[in-house]
Amino acid sequence: MRSSTTLINSTEPITFFTILATSKQISQMLHLTKVCVGCLLSRRAVLALTNSGARMSSHDHHEVSNNLDVSQPMYSARVDTPLPDRPWKDVLDSTDKSLKQEKGPWTALSKEEKIALYRLKFNHTYPEMKRPSHEWKTVIGGMFIFFGITGLLVFWQCHYVYPPQPHTFGEEWQAKQIQRMLDMRINPIEGFSAQWDYKNKQWK
Amino acid sequence: MFRPVVRLSTSGVRSLTRTRPCYSAPSASRCYSHAKVETDEEFDARWVTYFSKPDIDAWELKKGMNTLIGYDLVPEPKILDSALRACRRLNDLASAIRILEAVKDKSGPHKDIYPYLIQELQPTLIELGISTPEDLGMDIL
Repeated sequence: MRSSTTLINSTEPITFFTILATSKQISQMLHLTKVCVGCLLSRRAVLALTNSGARMSSHDHHEVSNNLDVSQPMYSARVDTPLPDRPWKDVLDSTDKSLKQEKGPWTALSKEEKIALYRLKFNHTYPEMKRPSHEWKTVIGGMFIFFGITGLLVFWQCHYVYPPQPHTFGEEWQAKQIQRMLDMRINPIEGFSAQWDYKNKQWK
Repeated sequence: MFRPVVRLSTSGVRSLTRTRPCYSAPSASRCYSHAKVETDEEFDARWVTYFSKPDIDAWELKKGMNTLIGYDLVPEPKILDSALRACRRLNDLASAIRILEAVKDKSGPHKDIYPYLIQELQPTLIELGISTPEDLGMDIL
């Protein structure tokens, strides 16, 4: 987190790849920890990611970030692990009735009851687990924001930091320099002077 | 345990689950491993036996399914049948539906594997009263 804030505030040239990596990292970090980095991106990212991802705020049996006990079996929503270590809902209140029904013949259950039993044990179905997220928009957007900020920094630097151009860059000087190079026959066989038509005094 | 990595073939429905390993028996003079290769039938039989344990517990079911899904193959109907019956013994309908979802996901881009599996498992599904995710409307978002 510290390294990313120093990166934003520095006025050193920032490469495109660093920006890309940083914005992606920030999106991922925000997705996991929801800590505000203190920049424009964080507010947008938090808004964008609030409803995506399996946050368990509506279920009282999971406590995230402070009291998550990783020494106990944990629920995981992974397509390569169909049966996680623990069911989704541990504490059952009015859903106790459904529990008894699972012991009897399953042909006696209605579709809604079967769905309810599934939802007790699993948070998301496979299609829900594999649904596409909108995270890429945050990443690309953040990337472009950083490009823009860098562009502004570079523009400011060109205007205020760079010293004046050497006098040898001027039009007049350049013209005199070219004429001198032609007079000296610089690279007359295959290079510079070879391109000049000396008879007709023009470029070939 | 030596297990060859096999790929899902696209030729025909029957051979969709696994192909045979394509190297020959160790008669060449190269330094191939001399470990015995398990045939497909032995693999299937081993897993059917695993899930057929009468007093299988929930952990063993979870471990078995997660391991099976970890392999680079779609399990044969008979293995799934054995696993679904294990779910029945454990009074776990949710896991049974989950297993069906998992094998559908395992088939990946081969869209004809899952209907074949359901067709083969139909007698078991009817007997045990397991609805497929499609019946319950859980195959769409």
